Amino acid sequence: MSDPREVLDRLSSVRGLRGSALVSAADGLVVADSLMTGVDGRALAALAASLAIRLRRTVEAAGRRPPAFLQLQAAGGAVLAAPCGPDLVLVAIATTEANVGLARLEMLEAARRLG
Amino acid sequence: MADDIRAMTAQLAADPASLVFLELGEALRQRGQLDAAYKVARTGLARYPDLARAHDLCARILCDRREPDRAFEEWVTALELDPGLAAAHKGLGFLYYQAGDLASAERHLELAASGDPADSGVRAALERVRSRQPMAEAGAVPAPEAGSIGPAEAAGVPAAEGGPAPPADAAPELDGREPGGIERSVVAELEQGTGALLLVDANGLRLGGRLRAPDGADVSDPVAALLAGASREAARTARLLALGEWTHLAVECPDAHLVLAATKEGGVLLALRGPDAPMGRLARFAERAAVVAARWLEAAG
Repeated sequence: MSDPREVLDRLSSVRGLRGSALVSAADGLVVADSLMTGVDGRALAALAASLAIRLRRTVEAAGRRPPAFLQLQAAGGAVLAAPCGPDLVLVAIATTEANVGLARLEMLEAARRLG
Repeated sequence: MADDIRAMTAQLAADPASLVFLELGEALRQRGQLDAAYKVARTGLARYPDLARAHDLCARILCDRREPDRAFEEWVTALELDPGLAAAHKGLGFLYYQAGDLASAERHLELAASGDPADSGVRAALERVRSRQPMAEAGAVPAPEAGSIGPAEAAGVPAAEGGPAPPADAAPELDGREPGGIERSVVAELEQGTGALLLVDANGLRLGGRLRAPDGADVSDPVAALLAGASREAARTARLLALGEWTHLAVECPDAHLVLAATKEGGVLLALRGPDAPMGRLARFAERAAVVAARWLEAAG
């Protein structure tokens, strides 16, 4: 497993990302983060982890395999999440200017390294 | 035929790499043993993912199972692998006809006819599509009645009663014309419940459409109940992180792509496609479908 801090710093350097965090899937607590000033890391972690768990249950009820990537798109930006194994979730918050496609690729690679 | 199936089954068991799965799957499909046919086709596809004929077989079975969206994707994949595969053009011609898109139906049937000039069924179907087209363009006739068309037989797929709905996302967007196309296809999915679109209210109750698991089981109600919670969680997350109203939620699974789009009064629309469906396009489709669904719901009262 790579150094989480290093991975998060690299991820947060993607244009348009306001920060990223590695979160415990079970309780939504921050394991490590790299966030811009003004981003509430604890809220991001708790909310994104809760959303990821709900969506996992939903897709499993649909007979599908667990999600590899999630994107919550809103008018003012997006929340991105990529599970890293069963216990951790990598989350990021993006502005509307972010290149979500690039962020997705970086997150999937980061999740692979952290998982 | 039962003996043939037994023989082919034995052959496949002895040599799992054999292409006999194509014939076995088709034989099972023709006997109406759709679950068995689908298993044979998927197993073959797992071994030969780049075999266009395997995707065509899968599409025929899905068509019989009234899953036109997934059939559409399989036929599109088949044509990506083999652009000249007449059977796939026949199948798409059938689906476009069912969707009322006569121009696209004609184009695919023409390609099918040029790929297999000896197929008299395709030529007959093509003539019937052409004969209806001037009337349809003039508004003199409605969209074709389900089950009334030759292309179904020509394609080797059934002219299903009630008609399989059109492939919801692809038909209008691939062609970039026929502005009413997406509306018709979404309404058809909501009313006929073809298994890939589900509209749910804020209390987790199904309002329209249906969702099917890969084994064909109807999972609409349990998924609807969970979707309401997911929708509330999405709204809460967006609000508390000061991101404003959420518009859609894209979920990428290894075996499926799903997009949830917010609808009025806390409801949610779920669109499901295969993992090859471009996520950006699916998100656009889901957002547009949510608008259509809201109108449909208002009209339904």
